[in-house]
Amino acid sequence: MEFIAPSLNYAQLAPILIVLAGALAGVLIEAFAPRASRYSSQLFVSLFSLVASFAALVQVRTQTSVDAAMGSVAFDGVGVLLQGSILIIAVLSIFLIADQESFTALAASVPGSEEERDAVQSDLRVTEVFPLTLFAVAGMLLFPVATDLITLFVALEVLSLPLYLMAGLSRRRRLASQEAALKYFLLGAFSSAFFLLGIAYLFGYSGSITLAGIQASVIGGAGNDVFLLLGIAFISIGLLFKVGAVPFHAWSPDVYQGAPTAITGFMAAATKVAAFGAILRIFYVAIANAEWQWKPAMVVIAIITMVFGSVVAIAQRDVKRMLAYSSIAHAGFLLAGVIALSKTGLEASIFYLFAYGVATVGAFGIVTLVRDASGEVGDLNRWSGLGKRSPLLASAFAFFLLAFAGIPLTSGFIGKFSIFSAAYESGSTSILIAGVLSSAIAAFFYIRVIVLMFFKDPIEDGTSVVIPSALTTMTITVSSVLTLILGIYPAPLIDFIATTATFIR
Amino acid sequence: MNALTTMMLLPILGTLLLAVIPSDQVLRIKQAALATTLLVAVSGVLAWFNFDSANTSFQFVQSVKWIPSFGINYAVGVDGLSLVLILMSVLLAPIVVLAGWNESEGGRWSAKVFYMLILVLETMMIGVFAATDVFLFYVIFEAMLIPIYFLIGGYGSGDRAGAAVKFLLYGLFGGLLMLAAVIGLFVLSGAHGGPTFDITKLSELHNYMSPTTQNLLFLGFFIAFAIKAPLWPLHTWLPDAASAASPGTSVLLLGVLDKVGTFGMIRFCLTLFPDASKTFTPLIITLAVISIIYGAFLAIGATDIKRLIAYTSISHFGFITMGIFAMTTQGHSGATLYMFNHGFSTAALFIVAGWMTARRGSSTIADFGGLQRVTPVMAWSFFIAGMSSLALPGLSSFVSEFLVLVGTFTRYPVAAIIATFGIVLAALYILIPVQKALHGPTTPGNENLPDLNLREKIVIAPVMAIIIALGFYPSPLLNVINPASAHVLEVQGFTDPTPTEGAGK
Repeated sequence: MEFIAPSLNYAQLAPILIVLAGALAGVLIEAFAPRASRYSSQLFVSLFSLVASFAALVQVRTQTSVDAAMGSVAFDGVGVLLQGSILIIAVLSIFLIADQESFTALAASVPGSEEERDAVQSDLRVTEVFPLTLFAVAGMLLFPVATDLITLFVALEVLSLPLYLMAGLSRRRRLASQEAALKYFLLGAFSSAFFLLGIAYLFGYSGSITLAGIQASVIGGAGNDVFLLLGIAFISIGLLFKVGAVPFHAWSPDVYQGAPTAITGFMAAATKVAAFGAILRIFYVAIANAEWQWKPAMVVIAIITMVFGSVVAIAQRDVKRMLAYSSIAHAGFLLAGVIALSKTGLEASIFYLFAYGVATVGAFGIVTLVRDASGEVGDLNRWSGLGKRSPLLASAFAFFLLAFAGIPLTSGFIGKFSIFSAAYESGSTSILIAGVLSSAIAAFFYIRVIVLMFFKDPIEDGTSVVIPSALTTMTITVSSVLTLILGIYPAPLIDFIATTATFIR
Repeated sequence: MNALTTMMLLPILGTLLLAVIPSDQVLRIKQAALATTLLVAVSGVLAWFNFDSANTSFQFVQSVKWIPSFGINYAVGVDGLSLVLILMSVLLAPIVVLAGWNESEGGRWSAKVFYMLILVLETMMIGVFAATDVFLFYVIFEAMLIPIYFLIGGYGSGDRAGAAVKFLLYGLFGGLLMLAAVIGLFVLSGAHGGPTFDITKLSELHNYMSPTTQNLLFLGFFIAFAIKAPLWPLHTWLPDAASAASPGTSVLLLGVLDKVGTFGMIRFCLTLFPDASKTFTPLIITLAVISIIYGAFLAIGATDIKRLIAYTSISHFGFITMGIFAMTTQGHSGATLYMFNHGFSTAALFIVAGWMTARRGSSTIADFGGLQRVTPVMAWSFFIAGMSSLALPGLSSFVSEFLVLVGTFTRYPVAAIIATFGIVLAALYILIPVQKALHGPTTPGNENLPDLNLREKIVIAPVMAIIIALGFYPSPLLNVINPASAHVLEVQGFTDPTPTEGAGK
């Protein structure tokens, strides 16, 4: 048998490859570099590879190709926009991750053991979180550009496996953190199985694993529709799990709460971009012509997700759980963009993803700073009077909350406006109404936090805001400035997305 | 440079100026805030004299592309209606600053924050009336809630946090309904000649709407405005907010912000949805009449002087709404003039009531008594303000109330007749507190209350002058309002009913 070397377009794959190379370099550093120099070299390698990857992406941003890697990876405007968003969010998250205060000293040690105490005393650090992040980023970069189902699955696993690990690295409440990691892993594995099953059905339906092949079969209409329906259903379950849509959301509050906050921020922001990127590609390219098969179900899921996320968030007493439910609600809003199934819906989704991702990283960055003697304070009641202790930080957090609530002059408003109008334009009046109503419900709990921070007096229980490190400050500043700029003058980004965002089939 | 944009920029510059003054130089901050508001007032008066009242199209027009891909412009311009309201706002602002010279001191935050919020709010007050782009209007309409929210919650008294939250939630709920309607308009405009938010172009759009669509969109706007301008049964936030807010904030809240509601009914509901407006007129007139009577009864029963003023305002807003939906030129001119006059008479009432409350340390009407003898100037000021509120002939409100009733009677005689009872009730709700607070024997504890000082006299004098002057000579205002009102009605084909001849020929 003759072996044919695959022909790869290295320029177009460079953003992914650079991040992967950085991750491998990180593994080597873990293995060979002396412990003292690991942290700084890991931080350098991570930032360098992310920035280099971004630069490589800028280089090739105008190219399009269906054939970047033997028909398995497409390179197009949507891919560039999503990869760019993921990289920007990743850099902002790395700044947060660099503040190692919230990570365990030795991940392998049993919680409460002698070994753990020794590790804490000798000030060990889990520098392996950097290469893990890079692996996850590489998977995320591949996920939205993969055009065959096998590559899609590989990307899904590459991005998920590091995240499972990273969720378990918290320094405090390690058992909860490990439980979160295990829960995430088990449910994730379960959803991966569904995803694979979906691949199998779609292959059975169309005899092809490429999105283009499936699209051709859907248009041709020759296949067995039962297989198509089952395929769409199972693949959707796998993807909806990743974005935390109801009823596949059960993991997210626990994982958001248990994981180290910096990781939660990264996960909430970047995973959403990657997963929605893949959803958009599959639904807009492969099965767009089968919209009557999936649209009604997706409309129901979107509405339930919005309403459920907003309603349940009201009952939360922990800031990270509240943000988790808020992110569920946002997943519902984003599904509105998928359902719109139009160019405006696509553009609105990309804008929303970027705006939401940036604000989310910033908000979680602030959560890392509110601490007492035993670590971060998640209990919202203890956030009361934060506006008095630390007006600037509380104002920034309030601003992010207003952005999540979609108040004008924040990026969240522009995102909400464009995504709802896209949904309404495509005829989904019910989505518009449900979206507006759940926004009203959601406003309630965002405002409650603002009330707590500004209109209540501080309680004296040792809760304080630590002075942020330079890197964390940078993340929070950049996020808030971007959120403000995108709220006041979003035209450049909207125009850029409008001219760039096209799928190549 | 455009007169309106300049007026909006000045307070922003003032805010920046305040930001650089150190917070402990309170006097300097107050002087800077007062100077800014005076400057804006002067430029407002200049704009008034440069306005050509014979020309019914928008003047001082400026339009800059903001988000071109959505057809959104920064577009401002005024007709007689909005000019009158802008003039009212910019005249009230320095009065509020000077009247509440010491108001910021009981606050949660420094005086600096207080005046910065006031100045930001002033920019928005001008912008919301000047906007000729529906999106711009919506953005300011929603964003305005935030400074007021912090003004009530931070510088109010009593249950200020609760009142602020109630205010904000009502506002956001209405705003989100309006957002749905704005999105509906946007999508419709996209389907008929390209997306736009230009109010003049959108006023043609109703020709393409089905009655159901038009009714729904109308309701989206109307409910938002009916919450703002509180119309029974959406009024319940107002008494809490007005009694918790500091007097200056209350003046801006009732005097200016609530006018956005009635202004919006004319500018948006009537202009954009003429057929739906006709459909809902009987319902709205009924609600307005209920507001008039119900607000008056609540006011009669009020024991707290600030709540009393809030209830009287509900009654007054009933008159304004009735005048608007009577759809006659007299009704409209009366309603617009009423908005202006109500701004000043409510300002006078709240300012004087605020001084009385500050001196006595209580806002319960029963705690006052015999003030006429102890503090004659303050008592007379309250008396004149009260007489203006009950529309005594010779004071400004009489003219507008008369016009509203005449304008309504020609089309809805029954409503006008019932509303006339509101005037009788007004005499009760004003004369009872006047009698209790000002006349009779001096209540023990009030003997040594100081009368108005020079600053307070300087504040109240111009307000009284306007109230009396416009009572005798309202034509300067009416000359500007009449053509604008006639134009609004004429554009959408509302005609005055022909006068009927007497039966006894």
